[in-house]
Amino acid sequence: MDFLRPASWEEALAAKAEHPTAVPIAGGTDVMVEINFDHRRPEYLLDLNRIGDLSEWEVGADTVRLGASVPYTQIMENLRAELPGLALASHTVASPQIRNRGGVGGNLGTASPAGDAHPALLAAGAEVEVESAARGTRLIPIDAFYTGVKRNALQPDELIRAVHVRKADGPQQFSKVGTRNAMVIAVCAFGLALHPVTRTVRTGIGSAAPTPVRAEAAEEFLNAALEEGGFWDNGKIITPSVAKRFADLCSAACNPIDDVRGTASYRRHAVGVMARRTLTWTWESYRGTHRTTEGAA
Amino acid sequence: MQAEGAPTKITQGSRTKGGIGESTLRPDGTLKVTGEFAYSSDMWHEDMLWGQILRSTVAHAEIVSIDTGEALATPGVYAVLTYDDLPTDVRNYGLEIQDTPVLAHGKVRHHGEPVALVAADHPETARRAAAKIKVEYRELPVITDEKSAVAPDAVLVHENRDDHHIGHVPHPNIVHRQPIVRGNVDEARRRADVIVEGEYTFGMQDQAFLGPESGLAVPEEDGGVHLYIATQWLHSDLRQIAPVLGLPEKKVRMTLSGVGGAFGGREDLSMQIHACLLALRTGKPVKIVYNRFESFFGHVHRHPAKLHYEHGATKDGKLTHMKCRIVLDGGAYASASPAVVGNASSLSAGPYVVDDVDIEAIALYTNNPPCGAMRGFGAVQACFAYEAQMDKLAKKLGMDPVEFRRLNAMEQGTLMPTGQPVDSPAPVAELLRRVKAMPLPPERQWESSEGADVRQLPGGLSNTTHGEGVVRGVGYAVGIKNVGFSEGFDDYSTAKVRMEVVGGEPVATVHTAMAEVGQGGVTVHAQIARTELGVTRVTIHPADTQVGSAGSTSASRQTYVTGGAVKNACELVREKVLEIGRRKFGSYHPAWATAELLLEGGKVVTDGGEILGDLADVLEDEAVEVEEEWRHRPTEAFDLRTGQGNGHVQYSFAAHRAVVEVDTELGLVKVIELACAQDVGKALNPLSVIGQIQGGTTQGLGVAVMEEIIVDPKTAKVRNPSFTDYLIPTILDTPTIPVDVLELADEHAPYGLRGVGEAPTLSSTPAVLAAIRNATGLALDRTPVRPEHLTGTA
Repeated sequence: MDFLRPASWEEALAAKAEHPTAVPIAGGTDVMVEINFDHRRPEYLLDLNRIGDLSEWEVGADTVRLGASVPYTQIMENLRAELPGLALASHTVASPQIRNRGGVGGNLGTASPAGDAHPALLAAGAEVEVESAARGTRLIPIDAFYTGVKRNALQPDELIRAVHVRKADGPQQFSKVGTRNAMVIAVCAFGLALHPVTRTVRTGIGSAAPTPVRAEAAEEFLNAALEEGGFWDNGKIITPSVAKRFADLCSAACNPIDDVRGTASYRRHAVGVMARRTLTWTWESYRGTHRTTEGAA
Repeated sequence: MQAEGAPTKITQGSRTKGGIGESTLRPDGTLKVTGEFAYSSDMWHEDMLWGQILRSTVAHAEIVSIDTGEALATPGVYAVLTYDDLPTDVRNYGLEIQDTPVLAHGKVRHHGEPVALVAADHPETARRAAAKIKVEYRELPVITDEKSAVAPDAVLVHENRDDHHIGHVPHPNIVHRQPIVRGNVDEARRRADVIVEGEYTFGMQDQAFLGPESGLAVPEEDGGVHLYIATQWLHSDLRQIAPVLGLPEKKVRMTLSGVGGAFGGREDLSMQIHACLLALRTGKPVKIVYNRFESFFGHVHRHPAKLHYEHGATKDGKLTHMKCRIVLDGGAYASASPAVVGNASSLSAGPYVVDDVDIEAIALYTNNPPCGAMRGFGAVQACFAYEAQMDKLAKKLGMDPVEFRRLNAMEQGTLMPTGQPVDSPAPVAELLRRVKAMPLPPERQWESSEGADVRQLPGGLSNTTHGEGVVRGVGYAVGIKNVGFSEGFDDYSTAKVRMEVVGGEPVATVHTAMAEVGQGGVTVHAQIARTELGVTRVTIHPADTQVGSAGSTSASRQTYVTGGAVKNACELVREKVLEIGRRKFGSYHPAWATAELLLEGGKVVTDGGEILGDLADVLEDEAVEVEEEWRHRPTEAFDLRTGQGNGHVQYSFAAHRAVVEVDTELGLVKVIELACAQDVGKALNPLSVIGQIQGGTTQGLGVAVMEEIIVDPKTAKVRNPSFTDYLIPTILDTPTIPVDVLELADEHAPYGLRGVGEAPTLSSTPAVLAAIRNATGLALDRTPVRPEHLTGTA
């Protein structure tokens, strides 16, 4: 195995162009596990740790440009206001040691349905900034990024440089079921973001389908129900029947399997419970701020 | 810690600083916490090779052919060995039954069985080369449970058995069967006002010790080999290794290296013989280190079990009878299965008075992973079932579960189902009273001024609930575990103690072959020597086979048996020292002849406190040394038909109260508190005692809510051999564990002590299950409980 150590982003792109099978490695929290288990033995490892700007982030007017290697610990500590869903998801990643090393670029590169960042990125709305030496930069919408089990929309000569995540314009939540209370791979996970500006709701489901998915039918149902009842304006409590229907549609968006971590039936059930609870939490939070705004006006 | 009931025969010198009863610190504690302790996997030798084992990829198959050509041709490879390369006719090993092939011979019987060995100059080269060995298998049907094991056309896991159990088992796929019959269950059943039955399932738990199997074999000039190894019993290993190598035992030298936990998983051999074979073949030192994946295949696990129980009780809450059948899955090789059957059957009634019993326990041969010793050893599975039964009976009678247990609790003098009287304190009712009396954690303890603290809720930081669906439950359990090896086993230990004057100061050296696996023997031995010899400085010699056997570090026995051997050797040394003193100075002071003499603070003193002389003057240049075996009271075998017999040495009791919060919608559990009360006879090192109780409690919690090796019932292959999917509790899963230690002396034991390590592992699991049942109202007849069992989505 050859270990390539580019000193700059340009060198990294050139190396990837020359060795399209090279596996990029940053924190190594996923790749090294695979190598230690002998599940894969890449011909080349492409070490990105010398490229400092991959570990930086910029907060813009509408989006945060998050370097692929920004560790989860940094997201938790510094981007809680801008990316609340992703910050909550970061909290559930493995252990403190791994959160100090691992970043969103790894989750996206591996594209495992169990990656903790995916539901939050899907719910918030994100674009993945990828680049190749030959064709330059392109932005892949998160909805088009996951193409199959552990497969993504990257071309062999492309590297993930950053992810652009929309800054929260409303409450966001993230829940994950694991069979212990810390350091656990998701049995299933759910992300929810309210977008009051566009009067829409977005979701993300992890570990309950071959890829991370949105519950689009559930979103459409809820968007319509909220619009119809004037909920965005009147800030009323969402009725239990609406919450239940939303939860059922989220369950229906799952296409899970039975495995050692849980049954398909449980995953469908649990996604429904998390959908209902996170809807309640985010909506209660929205109503809270909504009322405060009204009072101030 | 109370002094009440302290034995009268504490021999001497209990005032010596650092003696028994003090919480002296572990010599290796800081090193382990800071990562500086040298474990067996850290060893290195000039010019050493790395050994790698090729394991079977299928559970049950005939080996059609093995082609090692390509592996041997790999640059850097020094040797490739298969069954045909074994040097002698002894090609099997085993703790009791020698049924385990050193390398597979014609057939593999479980997933991950060793088939071939490679030695190479780099671990990766060895691994690559092993992968190049071509093994052709012809698969056989798999035996995975009792039904397939005893089916009329069942393939025999072992043909031509000639072990001493084959004569009394109903089928060759049953390793051992132990019935126990006392009284008359059919008659007693007629007195019962209520009868409850239950069918319980106990999952396969792994010891999950943190230091994987590893060792270093160094060939020696005399044609022998020196093995540096992490194990639980050096001499048991030696007895099994030497004949396979074709060497006399004295040419196989063994030294204990740093052990990263054991819990029973190092009672059987793992890579010991393999490393020695490669070292002798290549003439070079060979190191073998398993990774975590291999470790899951490299040691036995706790027997999974099916347990059927029937209990009856009168309406005033007295047990009338108990009938049970316990089926343990021993997997492909016998390991400790026969002894586990003995324990499961003899302890199946729990710490209760029940005179009419009909008990049967068996262990199966299957193609599942081999199962053997693990902390609690057969008593754990039984306790899970009988405690569930106690709760069912209490509920049916409308009684408080603790009150019901106390009504039936055994005490000193109670007869076991085996007819053996319990002849030392058995404070079962008192332990239950104590855990119940502890204050409960506050309700809704997860509420804070800023809302819900998710760390205190089921799911923790995974943020699954802010209190929705969360219900509290409280449950109780109590258990009984035997201490020491049972059923007539000659369970002795040896200690060598030396006393001499170094730099004007008396120093004691304690040399035993006891495997320190974390239990704290190294601390306790020094404490005993200080107490018995009145010295401050004690050197603990590294454990090796240059001294007699210390028996196994298991069955909660080391403080009792090797501790007893150290105490005994110290007493003999003391007598010799006093003899020298009498000879030299007897004429100077009449007290030398008339008074009870003690060694204290480096001096010979009378029991009245008068100083007669300095040890430095008594000993001068002389060293006093004693090596002596020591035995506890003998035990008897259980009758093969009735199960009667004085089979156990001592019993150990613990009780737990579990408090849980269950997210009833998501089926997630947070154990809030696991209070424990245990009788330890005498706490030689109170800090170690608390540590053992908290550790055992946590291991019991693990198998209650998460720990299970999942074996595919169709292929008998292990599905989760890693810490990614075999989960053990993290600190966030570990509750507060308040411990109440009782010290009621057992007059038969050294210092009155009682083995500590295992009892808390028994009652912890059923207490957590009882609490979850209390919260959810579900029956829950299997452990571990997973979210799908609590949400009807299994």
